[in-house]
Amino acid sequence: MVPLSAYIILSALIFFIGVVGVVTRRSIIVILLSIELMLNAVNINFVAFAQYLESITGQVFVFFTLTVAAAEVAVGLALLIAIYRNRRTVNVEELDLMKW
Amino acid sequence: MTYLFAYLATVCVVCAVLTVTLRQPVYNVLALLTMFFHVAGLYVMLNAEFLAAVQVIVYAGAILVLYLFVLMLLNLKAQARHMHRQWPFGVLILGSVAAMVVGALQAGSFSAATGEYTADAVQAVGNTEAIGLKLYTDYLVPFEVASLVLLVAMIGAIVLTKKGMIDDHVGD
Repeated sequence: MVPLSAYIILSALIFFIGVVGVVTRRSIIVILLSIELMLNAVNINFVAFAQYLESITGQVFVFFTLTVAAAEVAVGLALLIAIYRNRRTVNVEELDLMKW
Repeated sequence: MTYLFAYLATVCVVCAVLTVTLRQPVYNVLALLTMFFHVAGLYVMLNAEFLAAVQVIVYAGAILVLYLFVLMLLNLKAQARHMHRQWPFGVLILGSVAAMVVGALQAGSFSAATGEYTADAVQAVGNTEAIGLKLYTDYLVPFEVASLVLLVAMIGAIVLTKKGMIDDHVGD
């Protein structure tokens, strides 16, 4: 039996890799993919705790995370297409209209 | 069991790093796809068979295909400089925070009251049925809210991408 801490550490690592992706990458697409990484890390935590606490609520909550992820992808990619259509770029460093 | 977990966890972390570091957007998406399949394997190890199937169908089948469609639509080229200007600082700060969190997790211990859904009890009714019963009784209102979120996202995506509904070329 794999201990619970192994799952939590794995999920923390994946979450921080996702945060590094959001902070360091310039392409909006990769930033969205990194957000998916973070959501998956949270899901791993939910399922691991559901198993070890012998409660199924964690698995139900993964559903809601999944819904939010699907909504985020739909709106995020729509925004991406709208930005690309107007500015011909997906580079966040060039989207500095509101930068002081 | 431990070896299987070690394999799945290693591939997950390696693919996550590749997702963040690779230069071509298509390779990023494919690395994330590999990671999603291995996360589904982790779910099977945790007796969540239904979520493993949903992970493959929804994440790998729908969400990543949407990403690939948009990539094909935009026809992006790999940029010469794909990282942010100050990426070493970001990696340094977040790496130290991650090391702190992992150290704290290893040092701490965890215990809490357990519920009635033991592996055998879930196996008796079936994983899908157990989730369904919980979802449609205790979590009915959040379920409806989730459907509303999806509806709003759907309308939002249509409004944002349809030509002429918002003024094009505002920034030029």
